[in-house]
Amino acid sequence: MTIVTALLTLGILALIFGAILGFAGVRFKVEGDPLVEQIDAVLPQTQCGQCGYPGCKPYAEAIANGDEINKCPPGGEATIKKLADLMGVEAKPLDAAHGQEDVKKVAFIREDECIGCTKCIVACPVDAIVGAAKQMHTVISDECTGCDLCVDPCPVDCIDMVPVDQTTGSWDWKLPQSGKGDIAIKVVQ
Amino acid sequence: MTDFNHVIERLKTNRLWRFPGGVHPEDNKQLSNQVAIERPPLADVLYIPLKQHIGDQGHCIVSEGDHVLKGQALTTTYHPYAVPVHAPTSGTISHIGEHVSAHPSGLTEASITLVPDGLDEWCQLQPHADYMSMDKLKLIEILCDAGISGMGGAGFPTHIKANSRKTIEFLIINGIECEPYITSDDRLMREYAWQIRQGMDILQHIIQPKAVVVAIEDNKPEAIEAMQIACNQKPDCHIVSVPTVYPAGGEKQLIQVLTGREVPGDGLPEDIGTVMFNVGTCFAVADAVCNGKPLIERVVTLTGGGIKQPKNVWAMLGTPVSHLVEYAGLLAPQEEESTIIMGGPMMGFTVGNPLMPVVKITNCLLVPEPNELRQGDNERPCIRCSACADACPASLLPQQLYWHAKAKEYDKAQSYNLFDCIECGACAYVCPSDIPLVQYYRQAKSAIRNERDEKNKAEKAKARFEARKARLDAEKQEREERHRKAAEARLAAAKAKTASADNTASQVEQKSKSAAAAAAIARAKAKKAQQQADVATHTDTPAVDTATTEDARKAKVAAAVARAKAKKAQQTETAHNADAPAADTATTEEARKAKVAAAVARAKAKKAQSKESHFVEEKPAEDKKKKAEAQPDDNVQEDKKARVAAAVEKAKAKARQRAQARQKEQGAEE
Amino acid sequence: MMKLRVSSSPHQRITRDTGAVMRLVMYAAIPGLLAQAWFFGWGVLIQLVLAITICVASEALILTVRKKPVYFALTDYSAVLTGWLIAVSIPPLLPWWMTFIGCAFAIIVAKQLYGGLGFNLFNPAMVGYVVLLISFPAAMTQWTPTTSQNMIQPDFADALHIIFTGFTVSGHDIEQLRFTVDGTTSATPLDYVKTALTQGNTYSESLAHSTFSGGFFDAAGAGWGWVSLAYLAGGLVLLQQRVISWHIPMSLLGGVFVTSLILHMTNGDIFGSPLFHLLNGAVMIGAFFIATDPVSASTTPKGRIIFGAAIGFWVVIIRVFGGYPDALAFSVLILNMAVPLIDYYTQPRTYGHRAKRQSVEQK
Repeated sequence: MTIVTALLTLGILALIFGAILGFAGVRFKVEGDPLVEQIDAVLPQTQCGQCGYPGCKPYAEAIANGDEINKCPPGGEATIKKLADLMGVEAKPLDAAHGQEDVKKVAFIREDECIGCTKCIVACPVDAIVGAAKQMHTVISDECTGCDLCVDPCPVDCIDMVPVDQTTGSWDWKLPQSGKGDIAIKVVQ
Repeated sequence: MTDFNHVIERLKTNRLWRFPGGVHPEDNKQLSNQVAIERPPLADVLYIPLKQHIGDQGHCIVSEGDHVLKGQALTTTYHPYAVPVHAPTSGTISHIGEHVSAHPSGLTEASITLVPDGLDEWCQLQPHADYMSMDKLKLIEILCDAGISGMGGAGFPTHIKANSRKTIEFLIINGIECEPYITSDDRLMREYAWQIRQGMDILQHIIQPKAVVVAIEDNKPEAIEAMQIACNQKPDCHIVSVPTVYPAGGEKQLIQVLTGREVPGDGLPEDIGTVMFNVGTCFAVADAVCNGKPLIERVVTLTGGGIKQPKNVWAMLGTPVSHLVEYAGLLAPQEEESTIIMGGPMMGFTVGNPLMPVVKITNCLLVPEPNELRQGDNERPCIRCSACADACPASLLPQQLYWHAKAKEYDKAQSYNLFDCIECGACAYVCPSDIPLVQYYRQAKSAIRNERDEKNKAEKAKARFEARKARLDAEKQEREERHRKAAEARLAAAKAKTASADNTASQVEQKSKSAAAAAAIARAKAKKAQQQADVATHTDTPAVDTATTEDARKAKVAAAVARAKAKKAQQTETAHNADAPAADTATTEEARKAKVAAAVARAKAKKAQSKESHFVEEKPAEDKKKKAEAQPDDNVQEDKKARVAAAVEKAKAKARQRAQARQKEQGAEE
Repeated sequence: MMKLRVSSSPHQRITRDTGAVMRLVMYAAIPGLLAQAWFFGWGVLIQLVLAITICVASEALILTVRKKPVYFALTDYSAVLTGWLIAVSIPPLLPWWMTFIGCAFAIIVAKQLYGGLGFNLFNPAMVGYVVLLISFPAAMTQWTPTTSQNMIQPDFADALHIIFTGFTVSGHDIEQLRFTVDGTTSATPLDYVKTALTQGNTYSESLAHSTFSGGFFDAAGAGWGWVSLAYLAGGLVLLQQRVISWHIPMSLLGGVFVTSLILHMTNGDIFGSPLFHLLNGAVMIGAFFIATDPVSASTTPKGRIIFGAAIGFWVVIIRVFGGYPDALAFSVLILNMAVPLIDYYTQPRTYGHRAKRQSVEQK
């Protein structure tokens, strides 16, 4: 009899706590962004397609469905780390099959060599090239993501990828190294 | 917010507020404040950065080789946050381009190089002695055109500050100069108090404040006296002696000391009824209005144990640092390593290039002896002593900021109000572990800024990508729709035909049907015409003429089909004929089809050409260069022709490579 | 071309670095040390040398293992100070190996295993002390009487001998040394009062004992009062030199004073007077030299006041109601635990911002 009572008590308690937990789970549910949106927000949006998907959003969807997180060369290590944090997996080195991490670049059209074929305009994923047929084209460097996609279609190879120069505005206070301490602040010129 | 009358009451009895923290470094001002401001000889070259203030740079309105007069504007702008720069002396513009700027990074910025002619010849000046009767906006315009920006350190354009729409209770004139060593404002107040007062009058006239407060640190009694004499007949003007604490001269701190008010974290001083100008700015304002002189020179303190004769000088903007330092005399021999600090020891930055120019915000060049300033470069672990927190004038927690900045946890650092840090250096000054705290904060701030920029850029790129995708999708859909409709129409037309053949009665069909019929007729006509015609330029005419949209589109489709057929016929003929139609008006469908045809034709043509002109493909782009070098005096036209030729050749070479790869494909298309 | 050095502002710093701070603290502790040596004999100084040696050696060992620059880290003098504080906290004639355990534990476990200077959650000296107190409660309460009351007065050789062998040169052990001139076993004033109270005596009756003769204000134990005053003097020097801020010492002393005053006023027979609590035991050295350890103390001004006052409160509570006669080490460690919490809720209001933690909590 005592055993039955004990079991009953325990069972009822379990039910009650279960109900409380269940209620709490529903009542205090933390609404998060859908995973794909979160991943997409981490990706650099260069839309370069180096990952093998036609743009960053499709790659974000692929990651959400279990694809590797190390296929994004423009994002590089930093993006992989953020993705690893987000997905709760180990960060891994960039997959060399998809390219190398590089300094930030923008496309530049050598305008006197441009023949106005519009092929780069068609290739640009963010409409950052302006021009018309038989007219010289140019890159809106502020809008260029440095995806490289316009370089190949150019029949006259007049598009260069130029590294973005550091300006006094974007300078990050990294003074040359000294050796001691975490921030090195000394140098002899 | 403290009441106006209460503040005035306290100012009168010199019962000021105080800001938390602060440090008391040795001020070392007696080194350089003993002698009058001197005028050094003219430098051989002046480097004038286009941007010497916070905001945007103007457009250059002179070109290389121009001769300019002293005071002549070199840049102009329509941007409200930009002020022009002027020629500090007469001479010739020798170069316009990148030169090392007065910035801690030592990076280059757009600058104008001016070689003085030694005549120091002024341009036409327009003094306005009767400023009291002048319109406010006119005065503000004068300030802007004179290129005046804050001369205390930040370099905020003065005309923006003066043009406040808010009610200003206190016009504060900042003569604090709390940084050690610097005495430029001190000397200026002692020697030019009257002109500073004139500047104050002008600003008062523009801003119409309820009271004017001149704040001077109590370690400058001579300056206080001079300003008192200059302002003794000025009602509503309070000369206030402020206790010497670093950084009492910070805008936010001084406002707190004088008024007990705090500038809100996301606001400006004008939001709490105050506006502040440096005494140097006042001087420049008076110069600009009363004498018509733009801002082309300023007082610079040359001081430090490494200087033979510490003193203040009138330095033309753009004068290289080396010129001034050599004028005052360097103690250390040239070979020895030395430090030159632009600004004071607390907030200044080291000069990495002796050709760095003096700019509008340069108040001091400090050359310390090797052991004069204790430079801690032995960073030790933080012992959490919170001496930094006790010293922080903004009541931040430098330690937490340091941990988070070091761990690159930038969002946490921001939650500890990282961006409220004014980088005064008080925390790093007192740190017993020699931690370069400010450097950590700066790196974190710039990392956050860059990250934010990148994020914005990514967002923009995403939006543009999505917009493009939507557009392409819409186009595709539209095309499909058109195909579908055309197919329907064709079907309907066929039906109509059979119907009309079978029973002649039913004429009340839909418009689309009749349109379709019309199209069919057009198409037939076009076909006929095309087949007869052997020149490609004809292709456009018949279809485009017919007006109504639906009809026109259908007709176009028909025409395109016809053209394609026509081209097929043409393809046996010469190649350049095919080129012409392809590049014409580029309405989507039409153009694409034509292009395909053209490409096929071109490929063929090239095939033919390649046999006869094998050497052409070997000509790379250098060809063009060679030509250019060989004939330097060629006119532009020819040069362009050559370049076009080179480009065409290159295109052909590349196209051929591709064409070879794709030939099979194309063969199939044919 | 000139050779120019580039560095980040500020280009000027105060000359007082971490090592200088630690040295200043030790200089200020010298009066207290001398007073202790005066009243409790050579043992104090021998323990000092012993403890500092062990601490520095342990620090060097771990730094070597962790592949950190040894000399650079040792010159911050933090290990020396830890050894110093342990040495003046333990009974002067404690066997050497206990000192060894306490010091080694303090440096190796409480400090270096937490990441070294700046990362330790707890005050290393107090951790070392508490480890000894819990492990060897008897030995840790074997304080010899002040030299004037000693029946047998150990000289330098005796002290050295007893610390390292357990017996003086003449063969006395520690228990024999604890006999006072009136033939009873000595105890610290706090210990004595606690025992007396459990035996049914009143507070004022227990003060009549010889432990308190030669003291002053009646309430201060013989010798102990002077030692406390010597530390107070040293502490005031630290305050004057701005090595420490006033917040922690003053609030700690205030906490002790207020708590003991309230208790004393409710029942003067069983609760000691504020002076009794302030001048006996480790309160003075604790207030100025131990609780002010920057690494493990609270960092905000308000937080430091709370931190100090809470330590003062706990000291009296444990002394009066707890099992141990003195409780500074426990109180410091307890409050060390609360520091992150205190710091979080006592952040100062940033210039130009309204509420303290609003911005964080909103996120």
